[in-house]
Amino acid sequence: MIEFKLPSLGADMDQGKLVEWKVKPGDAVKRGQVVAVVDTSKAAVEVEIWQDGTLFEQLVPIGERVPVGTVLATLLAPGETREQAEQQKRAARPAPKPAAAVPAPPPPVAAPVAGAIAQRRPVSPAARKHARELGVDVDKVAGTGPHGAVTVEDVEKAAAAQVKGAAPAGGDRYAEMRKAIAAAMSRSKREIPHYYLSETIPMQRAAEWLARENEKRPVTERILMGALQIKAVALALARVPELNGFWRNGAFEPATGVHIGVAISIRQGGLIPPAIHDVDRKSLPELMRALSDLVARTRAGSLRSSEMSDPTITVTNLGETGVESVFGVIYPPQVALVGFGRMETRPWSEEGKLFTAPLVTASLSGDHRASNGIRGARFLAELRERLQHPEEL
Amino acid sequence: MNESEIRTRVVGVIKSIAPEVEEGELRADRPLRDQVDLDSMDWLNVLVAVHEKLKVDIPEADYRKLVTLNDIVAYLGAKLASRV
Repeated sequence: MIEFKLPSLGADMDQGKLVEWKVKPGDAVKRGQVVAVVDTSKAAVEVEIWQDGTLFEQLVPIGERVPVGTVLATLLAPGETREQAEQQKRAARPAPKPAAAVPAPPPPVAAPVAGAIAQRRPVSPAARKHARELGVDVDKVAGTGPHGAVTVEDVEKAAAAQVKGAAPAGGDRYAEMRKAIAAAMSRSKREIPHYYLSETIPMQRAAEWLARENEKRPVTERILMGALQIKAVALALARVPELNGFWRNGAFEPATGVHIGVAISIRQGGLIPPAIHDVDRKSLPELMRALSDLVARTRAGSLRSSEMSDPTITVTNLGETGVESVFGVIYPPQVALVGFGRMETRPWSEEGKLFTAPLVTASLSGDHRASNGIRGARFLAELRERLQHPEEL
Repeated sequence: MNESEIRTRVVGVIKSIAPEVEEGELRADRPLRDQVDLDSMDWLNVLVAVHEKLKVDIPEADYRKLVTLNDIVAYLGAKLASRV
């Protein structure tokens, strides 16, 4: 029997609310198939499964909010029968329960203890944890559980009321997103010793090459400079792999693929950095299609779980807003972030000749636990070199 | 297609990309991208939508001529007129 768990949906998301099952018990599922939709603070995320099998049992009902790692459903492995699964289930344990549904502990019946504790009503550990996450004062929540116990649902209602009070309709998700970003960025600045490097990159070759390339292309197939930059980052990472991966449990884990998180702003405010997979192996037109698709789906709020959970490095382009350079904050558990500023024509010299050229400032924020400045400098030099040979991107 | 029809379609396209835009607040003689938050991806999407609706393909070299809403409408009008 295979357990299908709610995957991590990024550093800043530790729970999700199941909003839809895309498959029902008895359905065959394939690796990579979208089987459920989960609402996170940032977006409705389509959750994929990573094993072939047949859906056996759904364990989480629609509408329930559960933490990452909760078993959402069980599946029969290829060749496994229902009987075998039933047996295994009986042998293992009572049907697994999602953690958020943990019942409130039995309320203390004994006489109240002195002091502040006496004022406390029973609160389930799940509700208490949830209250902390949502910024709700659990002591002020009215409990509807047995003996006035505060349940997860009570906490959620209180949180919803708080958010509604703070923002007009539609502001819920934005407020939630802001909280999620706050949590991830606070963790980053608390835990990651950042170092910052920057490099001015001449872009005339890339710009001229791209203009010629786009001249041949209909408007529907045009390529943006942003795609070239992302591809160049992916290729440069091959030379400095210690920037591509994660810092976990006190050690660097190199990533197996180059999945670049692209910081995409949402019109209503907020920011999501979903991943484009295997950027180093995509051609520029493929990368451009992936990028347009990702931007459209991010803004429409329909992303897939793998896109949310596995960026191995982030690229942000703030040049569009007119800034010269970026000093980025790394998304944990990633170990690097590459920023691009605006492209601007300025004086430049090469081989003793002075001329004007479009220039862009690229910056690297690196996690000093995983890499050193000298390797970061190597990366930026490589990035600059790659952008001088746009035809090879 | 007359000028006001072109204008209506272009404004429709811009609103489909940037739904927060209020038509009444858009100054047709001021740079569009100063008034509407359009990044290069949005701008490309505007051009793709214009291409779908009006069947006009705008080469990249002409982007610089398309600064204001009036510029865009005039440019498209000329392109459409030259076709008949």
